[in-house]
Amino acid sequence: MKKEFLLAGFGGQGVLTMGLFLAYAGIAEGKKVSYVPSYGAEMRGGTANCLVTLSDREISSPLVSDPGVVVVMNQASLLKFEPVVRPGGILLINGSLVHRDTKRTDITSYFIPAAELAAEAGLPRGSNMVVLGALLEATDAVDPSGTYNYLVKTFKGKYLDKMALNMAAMEAGRQFIRQQRAVRQASIA
Amino acid sequence: MAKGYQRPSTLLDRPWHFCPGCNHGIAHRLVAEVVEEMGMVEKTVGVGSVGCGVFAYEYFNFDGIGPSHGRAPAVATGVKRVLPDHLVFTYQGDGDLAAIGTTEMVHSAVRGENITVIFVNNTLYGMTGGQMAPTTLTGQVTTTSPRGRGREQGFPFRVSEMLATLEGAAYVTRVALFNPAQVVRAKKAIRKAFEVQMQGLGFSLVEVLSACPTNWGLAPLEALKFVEEKMLPTYPLGEFKVPEGVKA
Amino acid sequence: MSEPILMKGNEAVAEAAIAAGCRYFFGYPITPQSEVLEQLARRLPEVGGAYVQAESEVSAINMVFGAASAGARVMTASSSPGISLMQEGISYIASAQLPAVLVNIMRGAPGLGGIHPSQADYFQSVKGGGHGDYRLVVLAPSSVQELIDHTVLAFELAEKYRTPVMVFGDAMMGQMMEPVVLPDTEPYPVHRPWATTGMKGGRGPNIVHTLYLPADKLEQHCQRLFAKYAEIERNEQRSVQYLTEDADIVVVAFGIMSRVARAAVEMAREHGIRAGLFRPVTLWPFPAAALREAASQARLVMAAEISMGQMVEDVRLAIQGRVPVTLFNRIGLVPNPDEIFERIRKEAREVQLVNG
Repeated sequence: MKKEFLLAGFGGQGVLTMGLFLAYAGIAEGKKVSYVPSYGAEMRGGTANCLVTLSDREISSPLVSDPGVVVVMNQASLLKFEPVVRPGGILLINGSLVHRDTKRTDITSYFIPAAELAAEAGLPRGSNMVVLGALLEATDAVDPSGTYNYLVKTFKGKYLDKMALNMAAMEAGRQFIRQQRAVRQASIA
Repeated sequence: MAKGYQRPSTLLDRPWHFCPGCNHGIAHRLVAEVVEEMGMVEKTVGVGSVGCGVFAYEYFNFDGIGPSHGRAPAVATGVKRVLPDHLVFTYQGDGDLAAIGTTEMVHSAVRGENITVIFVNNTLYGMTGGQMAPTTLTGQVTTTSPRGRGREQGFPFRVSEMLATLEGAAYVTRVALFNPAQVVRAKKAIRKAFEVQMQGLGFSLVEVLSACPTNWGLAPLEALKFVEEKMLPTYPLGEFKVPEGVKA
Repeated sequence: MSEPILMKGNEAVAEAAIAAGCRYFFGYPITPQSEVLEQLARRLPEVGGAYVQAESEVSAINMVFGAASAGARVMTASSSPGISLMQEGISYIASAQLPAVLVNIMRGAPGLGGIHPSQADYFQSVKGGGHGDYRLVVLAPSSVQELIDHTVLAFELAEKYRTPVMVFGDAMMGQMMEPVVLPDTEPYPVHRPWATTGMKGGRGPNIVHTLYLPADKLEQHCQRLFAKYAEIERNEQRSVQYLTEDADIVVVAFGIMSRVARAAVEMAREHGIRAGLFRPVTLWPFPAAALREAASQARLVMAAEISMGQMVEDVRLAIQGRVPVTLFNRIGLVPNPDEIFERIRKEAREVQLVNG
């Protein structure tokens, strides 16, 4: 098993943090992991993306041209990265900020109302956590408990209330994907 | 009866390579005497330079380093950070320190590095044959200012005055060697600088005005007179910075 | 063995240095290696060492010279333009036979270039860089774990041979994260009776210098240095091979490029092309004999590097004209594996290993 996740957005959307969660979840499961951030000369406000690979075997190249899972948190990222999703792959879109349709029919796409779900969960700045929850649900890449463990480590005792909110935001994302799947199943049936 | 003049144990019994009438030998000797008198011979690292001071480590009877041109204060920084209880000094000429090594000298002072710089100023590049240096006097003829240093070649660089403006510089003084009284004063200044260093008060620099009869084209005695009459107006003697609590 | 932790390449270099017993670091900020400085500025005081931020790379390398002379295990790190500024100091450190570790997290050049991954400092470090007759041991790790292992190895080689050792990384390896395990072995011992530490115990003066004015003395000095380099060449050549036994096409790549090339070799195998990978781990000494052996049955050798073609010259020297040597190269980025694979496929067609 080898899966690549390309996560993209603009600086400050928590894209790199999502990648770290995935990487830690992979380590917790004993997987080989690589995490490659792209970075610009500017410190803030530019585009941000990272490529995370999880694998059962030694990872040869930490770069791929056709990642199986792509997350786009803004419109610019959709334009840039929709074409690279591997056929049969998954595209997760921040529906709160992206208002244009996808073109690909050979992949599974989800528009996630991330900001709205995050606000409902009590974490208005937690769009990334909602999308991370959605990603965990939409792919079987890692056991979500690995990311929960990372959350526990990250927030140590001090911010337990924040941790609970983060977990609620992730759960909202997972719930959304479950609903979407049910709807799509129903429409096929 | 004890002899009045003896070679300190910190100076090896070797003939100088310096030209007749050159003041480097006196400056070397003063440094060696102070190291011995302070009882620091087992805890001293001297850092030489490139130029007429390049063989310093061949004369001193304590540990020594030969660095690249101008970088002595950076090398001394590395030594001192590893051996903070040692006496670490550089011995640099004006070509080395006031031109190519300006950055290293200034920033060692900016950091307040606990090292001492012995800065021998003879107004030109001695070893390479008497070329103009940043310290060359206005109007002074050198092999690269054959018509005398003029407007196009800029102005004499007063290192001590500049360094005295820096917070990290604890002790900055200018001395000379043109008569016995000046030599005695120079030795006291070197001792004070080393003590400031060992007290951890910061960067110290002793600028020593020095005669270069060969490149000035003067007899040794005339060269001493040149220091007194021609150099002092541009480079006045005195202490430019003395740390609080240390007697000026 | 301790639990693996996720670490950025630059931070890994810093932690590896501490694990190897390095307590002194002198450096200057430059993208993309600044995290090495930041990490060590935090960590060295905690372990009883010192971090000094120099006013330039010129000054930093000379502080390294001083600290190494004074007997300390010491390191500096920079990126390409900064390493250029250090070349004078590297020549002096090599001549004075001082142990020191230098890390180059390479970025695009010449000139100010860019901040993208690059391997274009191969000539500078492997072939010289500073003035005069000297050699620099150059190690080329290809993962974050290897950045750690090779930094530790670099300190060992530097101490053993009294010589500067450079570890090559690049902008991508400095920034990427992978799980790593820090070594828990004792650091290689520091034994420097020649160091300028003060004449305690009644010994004579220790002198560290690089000036040999009499011509015969300079010649003897260079011969001593090169006898040592010959010993390093005999003992320290390192390389890794992957599927080269039956390879018709042998790809030669180091550092991050070797990871991508390995993936391309796997793709080629899936397409029935017998490709293999030869990865030099020491760039100097270059593992020429091992490469010649690995390519003995090959029809084509392809150097892959992020430069206009520098290592390829050593590959050609090693292959000695026995088979064609070609170059795959990109500038300013680490290519995707399929780019190298497509090139392998094209070359395979040309040497008629597969049909159109």
